[in-house]
Amino acid sequence: MNAKNISRAATYAVLLVAAFFFLAPLYVMLATSFKDAEQLRAGNLLSLPTSLNFESWTLAWSTACTGVDCRGLQPYFWNSVSMAVPAVLISTIWGALNGYVLSMWKFKGSDLLFGFILFGVFMPFQVVLLPMSQVLGFMGLSSSITGLVLVHCLAGMASTTLFFRNYYTAIPRELVNAARMDGAGFWRIFYRIVIPMSTPILMVTLIWQFTNIWNDFLFGVAFSGADSKPITVGLNNMANTTSSVKSYNVDMAAAIIAGLPTMLVYVLAGQYFVKGLTAGAVKG
Amino acid sequence: MAASLHIAGIRKVFGKGDKAVEILKKIEIDVAPGEFLILVGPSGCGKSTLLNIIAGLEDPTEGELKIAGKNVIGVAPAQRDIAMVFQSYALYPTMSVADNIGFALEMRKVPPDMRKKRIQEVAAMLQIEHLLDRRPAQLSGGQRQRVAMGRALARDPQLFLFDEPLSNLDAKLRVEMRAEIKRLHLVSGITTVYVTHDQIEAMTLGSRIAVMKDGILQQIGTPDEIYRRPANAYVAGFIGSPTMNFISGQASGTGENAVFSFEGGSLALPCPATGMVTLGQRPEHIHLSDDATWRGQVTLVEPTGADTYVVIKTGVGLITVRTPPSTQVKIGDTVGMTVSGNHNNWFDAQSGLRLA
Repeated sequence: MNAKNISRAATYAVLLVAAFFFLAPLYVMLATSFKDAEQLRAGNLLSLPTSLNFESWTLAWSTACTGVDCRGLQPYFWNSVSMAVPAVLISTIWGALNGYVLSMWKFKGSDLLFGFILFGVFMPFQVVLLPMSQVLGFMGLSSSITGLVLVHCLAGMASTTLFFRNYYTAIPRELVNAARMDGAGFWRIFYRIVIPMSTPILMVTLIWQFTNIWNDFLFGVAFSGADSKPITVGLNNMANTTSSVKSYNVDMAAAIIAGLPTMLVYVLAGQYFVKGLTAGAVKG
Repeated sequence: MAASLHIAGIRKVFGKGDKAVEILKKIEIDVAPGEFLILVGPSGCGKSTLLNIIAGLEDPTEGELKIAGKNVIGVAPAQRDIAMVFQSYALYPTMSVADNIGFALEMRKVPPDMRKKRIQEVAAMLQIEHLLDRRPAQLSGGQRQRVAMGRALARDPQLFLFDEPLSNLDAKLRVEMRAEIKRLHLVSGITTVYVTHDQIEAMTLGSRIAVMKDGILQQIGTPDEIYRRPANAYVAGFIGSPTMNFISGQASGTGENAVFSFEGGSLALPCPATGMVTLGQRPEHIHLSDDATWRGQVTLVEPTGADTYVVIKTGVGLITVRTPPSTQVKIGDTVGMTVSGNHNNWFDAQSGLRLA
């Protein structure tokens, strides 16, 4: 075995350890979710389930109790969907539009304005909890899903603007000028020329925003009402409901259900993301 | 449909107060319908700014701009009926070649079947029919250049603007596309304004050339006028390759007795003024002559194939002389030089302005 092979083996060893480190919890979650109560009591965390038992999944999805409410995670899941989908779309389009204006239609003070927007990226969101709840109150949006959508759009706008603005500064100005001479206006240039060139950054932003908004707990716990709790809050409440026996299998199934959509987005959009990158690399 | 272009008193100032920079100083140019005007000058002379002002991409600080007799100051670029070819081609990367060419027609609500017909015509004119389905990224530099021209041609505009369109091409392709542009102008007859820093492009393409420097129009005229009677020493030095020789000296006497004397020699040339002047002589108007009194030492021999340029060190600096390729001169030889015919360009030693 020569030196090259040894170093390669070492590389693989490090990678395997890292993979194991990240995959072990997932394995435990999956394995536990398929175990029945008896197996749980045996207490062996790493053992394989004796049979594929989907009971805890059905329980977690539709009948597990949080306090006296026994509808499972289902309502929270749909709350999260109806919060995340519009919030992700609006904040992404908003960021794209801001980035387009701040890079290609610069006006007096636009760089300063961008500087202010950047503050939003670094601002801890705890700071805005109180003023935000006041604003939501004034607008009559307290404890509603619409209110949560608004909060997530505002909170995400700074980063999405940053992403798009930096991506668009790399697009040559001559392209916009050519389109202007061809007779396209502000909006036409945006959706016919600029948006079709944005696939990679669109995918990055969609993944980023979806992960952030779906996984958010702070705004969910602070601004939601009884009927508008997102799944992160629902999961927390369900797992913390005290009962005589802890049903870890149900908790684990619930946690996986809560995390599934973000994983799905990575698998689906990640593909397009790579495609977008290579499409861009061919040019020039 | 050729249109005239009238540029009067155009000024452009960037910045304010102490930091204000005047990029264009009172530019006056009239372009006749169907003309091919070249704006040439070193980088930073304001030629591209002037082109952007004509296009409507920038507004002038003051001045008047008319296309086909109609004032266009404050009119949006799209409404000026102008097509422009950019240095980077600026093709839309996500559209096919056909869509690139047809985009302006689509924006102007030309129905799809007419659009398709026009795209075919333009593609045939430029010999790019086989490329219509490709994306710009799949084209070579020369092909992209053709598509960019096709996009400009498709609309049959009143005015063509070119912003250094050939500077991204290699030397061979540049010569080829230069001829292509000239051919297209002859065929279409559309008034054209063409910006370049390349004086050979300027000489070969233009029906008239406007030489600019530091935001000031130095001279405007036909290539022949600019070459034979440059208005000042700057224009004389900028146009022509190798560059004109400048000899500073003292002019005295008139008529038969006229003498132009300088360090290391003198020539019996009549000068329109007396005193300190600069004589400009192109390399082809100085000849090697064994019995001449003005002498120098050969420092460089540059054969270009058709001609051989001999660089001679003299008392007034390096002098370039064009010789036939059969010349026997070698580096280190001492040679004599004479000036023939009436090709003398006299410039004021201080201002650089042409004397008569």
